[in-house]
Amino acid sequence: MSVHFDQELDELKKKLLVMAGNAETAVSRAIRSFTDRDDDLARRVKQDDTILDEFEKEIDEVAINLLAKAPLASELRLITVAMKISHDLERVGDEATTISRRALELNQEPKLHTEVDLPNMATLGLAMLKEALEAFVNRNPAKARAIIPRDKQIDSLNKQLQRELASYMVERPATITRCLNLMTISKSLERIGDHATNIAEEVVYLHEGEDIRHDPKIKGSAK
Amino acid sequence: MADTGFANLKFKTIVPALPVEDPTRNTSLIVTDALNLHYGEAQALKSISMSVRERMVTALIGPSGCGKSTLLRCFNRMNDLIDHVRITGSVKIGGQDIHSRDVDAIELRKRVGMVFQKSNPFPKTIHENIAYALRLHGMKEKAELDEAVEQSLRNAALWDEVKDRLYTSALGLSGGQQQRLCIARAIAIQPEIILMDEPASALDPIATGRVEDLILDLKKDFTIVIVTHNMQQAARISDYTAFFYLGELIEYDTTNKIFTNPAKKQTEDYVTGRFG
Repeated sequence: MSVHFDQELDELKKKLLVMAGNAETAVSRAIRSFTDRDDDLARRVKQDDTILDEFEKEIDEVAINLLAKAPLASELRLITVAMKISHDLERVGDEATTISRRALELNQEPKLHTEVDLPNMATLGLAMLKEALEAFVNRNPAKARAIIPRDKQIDSLNKQLQRELASYMVERPATITRCLNLMTISKSLERIGDHATNIAEEVVYLHEGEDIRHDPKIKGSAK
Repeated sequence: MADTGFANLKFKTIVPALPVEDPTRNTSLIVTDALNLHYGEAQALKSISMSVRERMVTALIGPSGCGKSTLLRCFNRMNDLIDHVRITGSVKIGGQDIHSRDVDAIELRKRVGMVFQKSNPFPKTIHENIAYALRLHGMKEKAELDEAVEQSLRNAALWDEVKDRLYTSALGLSGGQQQRLCIARAIAIQPEIILMDEPASALDPIATGRVEDLILDLKKDFTIVIVTHNMQQAARISDYTAFFYLGELIEYDTTNKIFTNPAKKQTEDYVTGRFG
């Protein structure tokens, strides 16, 4: 392929890296807007979601132009993976926005004192996303593979949280609105875990050419 | 002339079949074993060992001078016609060594047809381009010849375009039509294998598309080996791809593997245009 093609490919990679950084920041801020009850941070996350939306469109446009040139082998995999990862990152941004919106509502009311361990779940979700993106940046499929089984842990935590919050609000009807907001945040964190898993699977495909999606042996059990 | 049995041959219509699991698809029809070829002192093929699967399309790719056309010509002994060619190793078709003393090269070329880069219709009518070979192989009856000509032209996706001018010169056809006529001529005597040496490189994109569609249809009934410089073409129409460089077989695998995740860096570099 030509020098021009290489330059366009570099442009694609750079855009994806910047988008990844933005997505990670969005999730981190959204979680802090909830744990620190920071309305300004929550509003900032909502506002910045359009940046991720624009990145997705730009990356798709560059990728389609590159695909029109009929690339092959690793370049073909990179371009198709870039489109998929950008879609996952855009969805991560949407989940961060959802968390921020719920945080803004929760911050208007007294803090709910429950046993539910949402901060722990948030830590796990953010760590999965960070590590998936590091695996992509550092071209480390082994690290990507290691992330995938952890998705089960977040799924379990979400289910547990949903049950606990459901029981809590049945016993205390005055807390229904707050519980529902927390359940939504829990669901969003679980979805962020799913997107981090998707990104990890794409990193493996990019560097090893192996499609490991939906493989129960790889998803395994959470440690 | 000895009766070759073609006079009694009943032609069948090749119709597109529904995709069915066919166990013969994995059978090796052409097998080379440590095949070496020298043009005088220059070695053009270096210990090539590969097998071409029956009723599949196998593409040979590589930079100019890598030996892919030379290998193609080994499969029907066209290299016999070149001076100072020396071959060691073996080429077997259907288990039979094609260089053994009891194999006649002319008979071999009935089983292994060839289509060239530059279409080469005879300076005869369209009808005669196909009937000529059939007559040489023993078919005499006019009705039978006409039926066979029509069937070949239909199978080459050319009948509708030429049915009203069968007795006009083949040289009046467009480039793409001439190439499809050459394919019709090749399949008329029902070979097992069709060799194609860059069959579409001289054609425009639309004509190329028609030839490619034809190849995809033909592979249900014929084993096809195609040399091409166009990697996207190889990716579109072939089942297996062999990459050659400086006379050596570097990598040979399913087309999907070669073009999405090749094992060898040299292959990766070639298909992504880093060299060649």
